[in-house]
Amino acid sequence: MSPSPKQADPSRGEAGPSGDDVRSDLHVAVELTGSGGLEFDITSKVASLYGESLRGLAHSVLAALGVSHARVTIDDKGALPFTIAARVEAAALRAGVRSKGDARPERSVTRDAPSARRRLRRSRLYLPGSQPKLFINAGIHQPDGVILDLEDSVHPNDKDSARLLVRNALRALDFSGTERMVRINQLPLGLEDLKAVVPEGPDLILIPKVERADQVREVDERIRGVRAKDGDGHSIWLMPIIESALGVENAFAIASAAETVVALTIGLEDYTADLGVVKTSEGNESLYARTRLVNAARAAGIQAIDSVYGDVADVEGLLEWARRSRALGFEGMGCIHPRQIQPIHDAFAPTAQEIEKALKIVAAFNEAEAKGLGVVSLGSKMIDRPVVLRAQHLVEVARRSGLLPNADGTGGADAT
Amino acid sequence: MSDRVELVVNRVERRVPKLVNGREQVPFQGVGVYQPTGQKHGPPIRSCSDFPANGDKRVPDLKTALRECGLRDGMTISTHHHLRNGDAVAMQALNAAAELGAKDLLWFPSASFPCHEPVIDLMERGVVHHIEGSMNGPLGEYCSRGKMRGMGVLRSHGGRWQAIQDGEVHIDIAVIAAPTADPFGNADGAHGPSACGSLGFALADSIYADQVIVVTDNLVPFPCIPWQIQGNNVDYVVEVDSIGDPAKIVSGTTQITKSPDRLLIAEYVARFLRDTGIMRNGFSFQAGAGGIALAFVDFLKQQMREAGVKARFVRGGSTQYLVDLLKEGLIDYILDGQTFDLAGVASIATDPRHVGTSPFTSYNYHGKGNFASLVDAVVLGATEVDVNFNANVNTHSDGVLLHGIGGWQNCLFAGCTILALPAFRDRIPVLVDSVTTLTGPGELIDVIVTERGIAVNPRRTDLLDRLKGSDLPIRPVAEIKHEVERLMGGPPAKPHLTDKPVAVIKWVDGTVLDTVWQLQG
Repeated sequence: MSPSPKQADPSRGEAGPSGDDVRSDLHVAVELTGSGGLEFDITSKVASLYGESLRGLAHSVLAALGVSHARVTIDDKGALPFTIAARVEAAALRAGVRSKGDARPERSVTRDAPSARRRLRRSRLYLPGSQPKLFINAGIHQPDGVILDLEDSVHPNDKDSARLLVRNALRALDFSGTERMVRINQLPLGLEDLKAVVPEGPDLILIPKVERADQVREVDERIRGVRAKDGDGHSIWLMPIIESALGVENAFAIASAAETVVALTIGLEDYTADLGVVKTSEGNESLYARTRLVNAARAAGIQAIDSVYGDVADVEGLLEWARRSRALGFEGMGCIHPRQIQPIHDAFAPTAQEIEKALKIVAAFNEAEAKGLGVVSLGSKMIDRPVVLRAQHLVEVARRSGLLPNADGTGGADAT
Repeated sequence: MSDRVELVVNRVERRVPKLVNGREQVPFQGVGVYQPTGQKHGPPIRSCSDFPANGDKRVPDLKTALRECGLRDGMTISTHHHLRNGDAVAMQALNAAAELGAKDLLWFPSASFPCHEPVIDLMERGVVHHIEGSMNGPLGEYCSRGKMRGMGVLRSHGGRWQAIQDGEVHIDIAVIAAPTADPFGNADGAHGPSACGSLGFALADSIYADQVIVVTDNLVPFPCIPWQIQGNNVDYVVEVDSIGDPAKIVSGTTQITKSPDRLLIAEYVARFLRDTGIMRNGFSFQAGAGGIALAFVDFLKQQMREAGVKARFVRGGSTQYLVDLLKEGLIDYILDGQTFDLAGVASIATDPRHVGTSPFTSYNYHGKGNFASLVDAVVLGATEVDVNFNANVNTHSDGVLLHGIGGWQNCLFAGCTILALPAFRDRIPVLVDSVTTLTGPGELIDVIVTERGIAVNPRRTDLLDRLKGSDLPIRPVAEIKHEVERLMGGPPAKPHLTDKPVAVIKWVDGTVLDTVWQLQG
């Protein structure tokens, strides 16, 4: 090939981190060339094990996007295929490729059933959407849910790349059966996120900074729209995050904005900033907002979920916060580190006394059912239906928390 | 080394050379099958009349000592690795030999570290012919590329004692770095500015070598109390400015892992010991100084407190974490092979319940028993482990020789051998179909604990029985491997290796377990 005159500003795009401390990720540069086919320059920590596989995958992603002439430089630090595909696609799109081609990697996980409306949501582990290395083993720590975050933990310049990573992760990782949640960006950017992730069937979408019911309805409608042409029919649940004084005032309207809203949660960093107060580990400054939120959620028949505890090293402080949180009526909280999961599960676990009482109520209910009685009674007391429901839920929470043997030996079934 | 090496297939289907550095080999025959015969090797008989009556064996420098020892081409020079990556003595000795014009030496360290990289230059210059001992980092790479003239021989700590004792390796000159010594040659590792704790790895060298040189930077008047190396075995004593860099000899503090995945592995191991009932009053265990092992000790400590259980002894590698257990009264004794941090050194120097051991007491397979087999549970690492529980600690999945065996093989004889390791590292599967290099036969490995589940060797039905009712994630090893493979995007490609052996892996009885092959290209 004879040297051609240098092109003016070739279209070039880069994605992914570089540097010596990068792990399970890669840096990709795609430079579109007019001719010469696809040229690869690949450095990989795992060249001898997966060098061929890496090159093949990069090639197929570019082919799917209709790119046939490009110089591709890859510096790989042991990234898994879902990450490789996302970074290559992001770099190509940043280089100006405007393809409608489907470059999604093959789906390797499928969920048989959607997550249940009233499943356990004691802990949800935040995973920054731009850090795929944290996705890989998140599920093994057994949180009730993982949040693939596209919002605050992702730099504004990296939203496109993170979106592809999260989309691919939903196709490639099963997260050990935990509920798979995605926190989208505020609208309108969040609409792009929905377009990318909703077809992959996450269980739940967290909507940030919600202040009015119509914001929830807009997301709900968008999801229905995408699901109608590209979905498997089951619902995707919504968890609005209230992060302002106005949001707190509108909590009930937000909680009851759509049928798919299953839980309401609160973001205390933004909320305390909005109030102009300091966030403390006692949380007195947010007590009103949090109790109001619990009340609104209960009034709408959904779960109230607390914020996160920011000091990872302070396990005692976390336990104390979580116990208070449960006493206020919350059913769970967020985690920013896997080691926070167990303390949270411990704190939200029912006490022995509560379990004993609940077991009695459930037994009385089962007996009444078996006898075909319409009325459940325990001793001389009539038991109302909500009390039965609460007792059943508590027993299930106790089972999931390992405080009771499984009734049917299967274990871990969600309370519905 | 000629390019044609005759190979035989051993009992575990591995191709091994019949001759290694001119010496005939016995291929591995199975665990406990090979029967040694004959008498132990012995050094020449010496007479007090040849040594100064006042006990002062000092000579001005290492060069003089080596010359007095009659250094010749082709001799075997040994050193020990208690000073780890801070060691200055091995290089001082080999450089002194180079200055005296020696060629074709066999360097026989108890282990090598990155600080010994300059030996590559000595090999290039013909001073050192080859290395028998662990080859880490750059030395391992050098060997893997086929650049060493002789074949590398990797032995466990116990295997090294066995090879010396059985006369398989004859040490001409042992050079022993000593943090404290007297002019008679009595030496101790727990005191002095370069204190390293035990000197156990140098003990065989001091007993069996033809000539022994003690090198110290802390000479005390006779007697050096306590002594682990007996001056009665020592020919010369050399005083130097520094035997090494104390900061690299022991770490200030050993670090527990911060990785949540590795903490989970450590927690699983501790719970495994509890749920199987191995953790009971009077039990014993051994764990190294790696991040997972340290975290395991921390979790175990909490469990022991909760259950009110005490251990009779723990085998070190000692660290702050073991010393804390000793101080709290949760263990009666630390039997210490090597000392990893300052707290360990301080403890062995002052606490009579913290005892230095040697590869003879702990690991030697050609003896009348050893301590490693008396341990109830040992927690070890590996670079690879396969679906038949075979494990590799020497090479990486790309076939490059990067680690020594250490005491790892010897520890496999514990009551319950546990490999605690991540199922994969980045995109490098740790659980594989077949290990690249076989360092430990699967029949001796009982449990693999990963962050994705715990696999118990089907041979250990007793352990499986005791785990009934445990909520630990017990899974078939093939299932975990399959899950890892799916994540990785399929099984890894096989390493590109030639048919030329560059090193052999010895089993604890001196037979040849496997071969390290030269890399292609």
